[in-house]
Amino acid sequence: MSKQLQQIDVEKFIHEGGEHPYIDDLNQIPADDQQRMILAGIDVSEEERSGTYIQEDHSVVHCKTRQDGLEVLDINTALERYEWLRDYMWRAVNPDTDEFTRMANHISHYGYFIRALPGARSLYPVQACLYLKTENLSQNVHNIVIADEGSELHIITGCSTSKDLSAGLHIGISEFYVKKGAKLSFTMIHNWSEGVVVRPRSITVVEEDAQFINNFIILNPVKSLQMYPTTYMEGPRGVVRYNSILVTPPGSHVDAGGRVYLRKEGCRAEIISRTITTGGHIIARGHLIGEVPGIRAHLECKGLILGDGVIHAIPELEGRSEGLEMSHEAAVGRIAQEEIEYLMARGLSEEEATSVIVRGFLNVDIQGLPPQLQKEIDKAIQKGEKEFF
Amino acid sequence: MLIIEDLKVEVQGKTILEHIDLEVPPGKTYILFGPNGSGKTSLLMAIMGFSGYKVVKGKICFKGEDITNLPINERARMGIGMSFQRPPSIDGVKVRDILKICGAKDDEVNELASNVHFLEFMDRDVNVGFSGGEIKRSELLQLMAQSPDLLLFDEPESGVDLENISLIGNAINYLLKGISQGKREYCTYKERSTRKRSGLIITHTGHILNYVDADMANVLYNGRIACQGNPREILRGISVHGYGECIRCLNNCNK
Repeated sequence: MSKQLQQIDVEKFIHEGGEHPYIDDLNQIPADDQQRMILAGIDVSEEERSGTYIQEDHSVVHCKTRQDGLEVLDINTALERYEWLRDYMWRAVNPDTDEFTRMANHISHYGYFIRALPGARSLYPVQACLYLKTENLSQNVHNIVIADEGSELHIITGCSTSKDLSAGLHIGISEFYVKKGAKLSFTMIHNWSEGVVVRPRSITVVEEDAQFINNFIILNPVKSLQMYPTTYMEGPRGVVRYNSILVTPPGSHVDAGGRVYLRKEGCRAEIISRTITTGGHIIARGHLIGEVPGIRAHLECKGLILGDGVIHAIPELEGRSEGLEMSHEAAVGRIAQEEIEYLMARGLSEEEATSVIVRGFLNVDIQGLPPQLQKEIDKAIQKGEKEFF
Repeated sequence: MLIIEDLKVEVQGKTILEHIDLEVPPGKTYILFGPNGSGKTSLLMAIMGFSGYKVVKGKICFKGEDITNLPINERARMGIGMSFQRPPSIDGVKVRDILKICGAKDDEVNELASNVHFLEFMDRDVNVGFSGGEIKRSELLQLMAQSPDLLLFDEPESGVDLENISLIGNAINYLLKGISQGKREYCTYKERSTRKRSGLIITHTGHILNYVDADMANVLYNGRIACQGNPREILRGISVHGYGECIRCLNNCNK
């Protein structure tokens, strides 16, 4: 971990307060906050969502399931309702991993429980929003997602803060369980502010013939974000994809990526990142660990430096067996002059050409994602662009 | 339409073209022959205004205006369009997007694409993983959307299989005629004679002459124009004697 990251003093954030009343209709959320949530992919009309979970600071302000076969609860209620859920708490994530997991284990403020019952398919994505509103608060959530056997579940999570928040800490423990033959897509859009420290700690367990797609998008400032979500493929023929789109303006420090353990025959994994710095610091990690013959894995990180920032790409391939196939390509640099001039020959000015290329660079077609979610991602990028150009 | 006077071009400090005089009149199609490395592509790149192709002497005039120092996009807006031999791939930018950049309206895009059998490529990233023939079709399609008055083609037949070469030739004919959305039929002689646009076509092999009628040909050799004349005669000369003949020609000229 870099120096900048170690300086975070978890003790200086407060754990008390941050209570807010329950809201039945999302339209009652103040316009400013709504706007911030929309930028993080939240649909306040809830029309095209199969369920909603919204947590502001330490309070669950809205929680609703809108489709049979799915279940959206706050984690405390879920634990009361289901005795068996205790087995899933801290099963994938070790509470002793670091100071942040220890803190979340010690002091926890809700989090969501989202489940698709066996064979259920979410018609629309389920949305969750974790929102920081009170100054200097620490929000420690614990989320559990279970896609039961043969189910298909799509989740979009927007994390954000109120407009003028100058400091805060978000710790998110997330444990994802993708059961036999299930398909889970998890799309996370972050829209923090300049003074916020973010430490997600996520582990996913993927069983046989199951698929997990993890998308992460951050286009706006954050003081410091560090995470290394990890997936263990415990069954044969699983498919895992991590896609990250990271943009850091000056002052932002983002250290993110994905790690996948391919442990059974026929498993496939892909990690793709597109990073742009306009002055901030990015560490783009990826680590693929192939443990058995016949697995296939690919890693791709591409970075554009537009300004005085740093992009540190760290792609790692670790083959632990004969007969596996792993590859990576990484490139960090500037926009090729040749591409700019090609578009200029089609009539664009240099600035226009640059912006078309940057937009294209961030335009990752994500396989296996429902078109509607792809649309949400495209929308988030379009909105984000306006802010960083 | 295009007048080039005593042009000298350097690439990375090295002289690539020298003493180039060339005029392409309105409605005429000119061919540029020349062996590998003779400077054909460099000449097109210099006309288009690409950085790295530095004009150190002479000038390029288009439609009566000196464009020697204009940026690329200004030249494109004035009506110069180019089909590249090896265009760069652009990640995440779809063929559909670039056609709109070139000036096609939303409802024209598919119609244009069907002209060159390119509909299935509309949502692919520009040039990413395209075969030689696909690149040509994509380039011609972009020119159709752009609708320029002077068309520069850099080896439009290279890497194209026989089956598709007539399609390419035909598309070029339509482009030169100024119809970008015509039905896919062969041009009649009369139609060809009513061309309003000018063309400059680089060809290494001359195959394209079987499909496109050209008015004049120039041979570029070692950065200089070695001779000018009837395209078919020059092609015949090159086929029989090779470009070696050009050396003698050049020597004679220089005497």
